[in-house]
Amino acid sequence: MENYNIVIIGGGPAGLAAAVAAYDAGERSILILERDSQLGGILNQCIHNGFGLHTFKEELTGPEYAKRYADQVVERNIEYRLNTMVMDISKDKVVTAMNRTDGMFDIQAKAVILAMGCRERSRGALNIPGYRPAGIYSAGTAQRLVNIEGYMPGRKVVILGSGDIGLIMARRMTLEGAEVQVVAELMPYSGGLKRNIVQCLNDFNIPLKLSHTVVDIEGKERVTGITIAEVDSRNKPIPGTEEHYECDTLLLSCGLLPENELSRNAGVEISRITNGPTVNESLETSIPGVFAAGNVLHVHDLVDFVSEEAAAAGRNAVAFVNGELAQDTEGEIALTVEGGPRYTVPSTIDPKKMTDQLTVRFRVGSVMKNKWVNVYIDDEKVIRKKRQVMAPGEMEEVVLKKSMFENHADAKRISIRVEEA
Amino acid sequence: METRNLICINCPMGCPLEVTIENGEVTNVTGNTCPRGAAYAKKEVTAPTRIVTSSVRVSGSQNGAVMVSCKTASDIPKGKIFDIVRAIKDVTVACPVHIGDVVMANVADTGVDMIATKEVL
Repeated sequence: MENYNIVIIGGGPAGLAAAVAAYDAGERSILILERDSQLGGILNQCIHNGFGLHTFKEELTGPEYAKRYADQVVERNIEYRLNTMVMDISKDKVVTAMNRTDGMFDIQAKAVILAMGCRERSRGALNIPGYRPAGIYSAGTAQRLVNIEGYMPGRKVVILGSGDIGLIMARRMTLEGAEVQVVAELMPYSGGLKRNIVQCLNDFNIPLKLSHTVVDIEGKERVTGITIAEVDSRNKPIPGTEEHYECDTLLLSCGLLPENELSRNAGVEISRITNGPTVNESLETSIPGVFAAGNVLHVHDLVDFVSEEAAAAGRNAVAFVNGELAQDTEGEIALTVEGGPRYTVPSTIDPKKMTDQLTVRFRVGSVMKNKWVNVYIDDEKVIRKKRQVMAPGEMEEVVLKKSMFENHADAKRISIRVEEA
Repeated sequence: METRNLICINCPMGCPLEVTIENGEVTNVTGNTCPRGAAYAKKEVTAPTRIVTSSVRVSGSQNGAVMVSCKTASDIPKGKIFDIVRAIKDVTVACPVHIGDVVMANVADTGVDMIATKEVL
């Protein structure tokens, strides 16, 4: 059996950043396993711009951002295998993978970094009534067809869901000559970034109908029409509000789900809110030496933050391999949330194990205006941060400092509370 | 005096901007967290611009790629977006293509080049 100190599952932005950071922390035995034919993951099909402002202080497209990291991996001679599918990760960190040249093989890892990313919610998971004709795609599939394969999926388009990929594809399809008639969003707010509403919908006069959903799909061979309707506060369609659109294509952009089949099979504890592993301050999962970062951990809005998080996971994995990451759980303090946040990543912090600064990321459950985000250690307020607008579609963060814990040797609780101004 | 509310589109933070305009001149911008926001606000109310990203066909790729992604090397007037995508519609570039290679010079007479954003060998 082959042996590597660190095996990274996935060669997208998270896997690449984790590998580079692990190498720069001194580790030389690193292997990246990637199922696609190139490094870079989904960035390769995200040809729009807006990536990298935080990391590189310039505005890059997805492929350019991916190349920056892929180049760093190549410069360091970090090993990677393409077209390689990981089938299983055992509790003892034996990674079983396969590809066309090596067949099936096992690798014993000392540490594993989960960087598998996420998947789009499919039609099957949405329970949309109607026939099952051709012409229904997830927004990401359409993005791949247009940008990588060079096919147009359709000419007259309706989009369900206002996730970022759906918004980006509304613009992309419009530029390629399609008529995007409407974007319908079930929730009373958009799931995507405000900037994408402006530059992908408003720029092209594409209407966004909030609190609307698809109630019927027509067409036997190919989609011929879609009916949408307004929904009430319990997301039930309101009779009499139906609107019919003639179209040949329906794109779905209804949320992303972290891809954790491998993690689950390995016995990693999964959060029911994020659908990603629960992790401590070191981004270590419930299995010691198994770390997680990027969209497999929780779905991000910005690849820059994926890279940052994954780099931390890479460094922590090196510390684990070197026996420098304490494995006791006595000092672990649970992070709790009140008044708005749905979850935090990480979900526990051990102050003695944390770095000088630790970024805690979270999302709120509804749109909130003019609130304070306050962080308490026991009952002392250590961070107060004014937020004009918070929305479920935009990730929030607070940065905890190690020094904040100096007066709290026996802290029992860290809580993030959204409070009135 | 007129005020307009905009969302900055420079990065995914999407800062809410309030722009004060007096006699056609931008006199104040608030809500931005970085200088890009102020610059965006000034442009957006006077002469809005966008970066256009798209993809064009390639020929002769070693690994079977059929498309290469591209962008305008700098922002172009918003009203020119459709002229640009029409201009590059039938362009095919020969491999190898490197990031920054010119896919079409002076695209749609904007004075800006369309450049590749991906390496295709």
